[in-house]
Amino acid sequence: MTQAAVVVQDLRVDRLGRRALDDLTFEIPPGQITGLLGPSGSGKSTLLRCLVGVQRIRSGEVTVLDKPAGSPGLRRQVGYVTQSPSVYRDLSVGDNLRYFAAVVRARTADAARALEQVGLADRATDLVGNLSGGQQTRVSLACALVGSPALLVLDEPTVGLDPVLRRDLWLMFHRLADAGATLIVSSHVMDEAARCDRLLLLREGRLVADDTPESLRKLTGTPDLEEAFLRLAERSEAAA
Amino acid sequence: MSTRTTLATAARVLRQLRADHRTMALLLVVPTLLMVLLRYVFDGSPATFDRIGQPLLAIFPFVTMFLVTSVAMLRERTSGTLERLLTTPMGKLDLLIGYALAFALTTLAQVAVASTVAFAWLGLDAPGGVVPVVLIALADALLGMALGLFVSAFAATEFQAVQFLPAIVLPQFLLCGLLAPRDQMLDLLRWISNVLPLSYAVDGMTRLRIDGRFTGHVAIDLAVVAGCTVVALALGAATLRRRTA
Repeated sequence: MTQAAVVVQDLRVDRLGRRALDDLTFEIPPGQITGLLGPSGSGKSTLLRCLVGVQRIRSGEVTVLDKPAGSPGLRRQVGYVTQSPSVYRDLSVGDNLRYFAAVVRARTADAARALEQVGLADRATDLVGNLSGGQQTRVSLACALVGSPALLVLDEPTVGLDPVLRRDLWLMFHRLADAGATLIVSSHVMDEAARCDRLLLLREGRLVADDTPESLRKLTGTPDLEEAFLRLAERSEAAA
Repeated sequence: MSTRTTLATAARVLRQLRADHRTMALLLVVPTLLMVLLRYVFDGSPATFDRIGQPLLAIFPFVTMFLVTSVAMLRERTSGTLERLLTTPMGKLDLLIGYALAFALTTLAQVAVASTVAFAWLGLDAPGGVVPVVLIALADALLGMALGLFVSAFAATEFQAVQFLPAIVLPQFLLCGLLAPRDQMLDLLRWISNVLPLSYAVDGMTRLRIDGRFTGHVAIDLAVVAGCTVVALALGAATLRRRTA
C-alpha cells in the first residue's frame, strides 16, 4: 500500500469571522487526479490554500508528502495555480516562464517544455496582458509545471476554456498522473468530475463525499454525477 | 538565499520597468527638468540654487523610488504573484535584494542624467566632488524603496498607495532642513526632524558643500540613512507573510 500524498486531519478554518472549513478529514492517494467539486463559496479555494500552506488555519493538521503543509522542504515539490492567473501581465509569456524557472531552480529548457504542455509554444514573445483570459490561465499553469512538481494543486484551471482545450488539458493532467504526479483539481463543473480518479465533494465547508466517481454513482443510484451530488447534498441536510 | 533567484528577480523587475516606456521616460527626464526649472526660478540668487540643488539631487530618487516600489509591491500582492512566489523556494531576501538591485541601477541612471545636466550645464557647484553626491542619492533611493515596500503592506488599493506619498514623504521634506535650517526650528520640530532619515541625507549633502570634501561627518550621515534603510527593509520583510487569513 502506497502512502497517501495528502493527509488532512480535523481541519478547521475561519475566514472573515465565519467557519470556512469544518472538521475535514480525508486522504489523497498519490499518482492520481483528485477532483475537488462543490458550488462556488463552498470552501474549495480555502482548502487548496491549506494544502499549499498559505492559509492560516484554526485547528487540525495538513500533511503533504509526509511533511506539514507549507514547510520549506515542500516548496520545490508542490506547484500551485490560483484561480485568477498569478503571472506578470507586463512581461512576455517567455519572460514569465524563464523567471519562474529560475525561482523554482528548474532549467531554462523546462520553460519551453512547460509552454509546449499548455499549447502556447508559439506565443512565447507575446505580452501576457495581451492574451485572452483562457490563455493567461494557461500561462499561469505553465509557470507551475516548469518545476515538474510531485504535487500539483490547481484551482479551477479550465474555467473559460473552449471544449477542445479543456479536453487537451485533461489529457495532459492524466499524462502527468501516469508519470507519477499527484493532482488536485478544483472545479464547479460536474462534467469534469467524470475525468477524475477520485472525488471530494464539498458543500458549505463540509465534506459530503470522498469516493471514486464509479462508487458515487452506485451509492446514489444515478449515472449522472450532478444528480449524485444533489442526492448526497440532500442526504447530508436530512442528517443535520 | 540564492544568487540565481536574486539576479533573476532584479532582471525581471528591470524588464517590467523597461517595458513601460512612459514610466521609464518620466523616471529619467522629470528630475532633470525640475533641476532646470529650479535653476531659473533662482536665476536672481545662484547661491540659493547651490544650497538646495545638491540635496534635491538626492531627494528626487527618494521620492520616485518610494512611489515606484509601493505601487510595484502592491501589484505583486494584489495580482497573486507574491503569494505564488512565497510558495516557491524563493527566500524573502532574494525578493527584497532583487528589487533593491533593480532600483539601484535605475537610480544610477536617473542620478547620472540629472547630475550631468546640473553640474555640467546648469553650473551647480560641486565642491565635494560628484561621487559622494551620487553615493548619497543612491542611499536615499534605497531608503525610499525600503519605505515604499513597507507601506505597501498597508495599502489595499493603488489610490491608497499613492496617498502615502504626502503622508510619509512630505513631512520629511518639510523638516529635512531644506526649507528652513534645522537648528532654527522649534524644539519639537527639530526633535522630530532628528529621527527622520531624510534629514541626514540633506545634512550630508550640506556638509559636503560646506566642507568641500567627504568628511567623517558625511560618512556618519550616510551610515544613518543606510541604517534606516536596513530597518525599513526588515520591517518590510516582516510584512511578507507566507500564511495569511
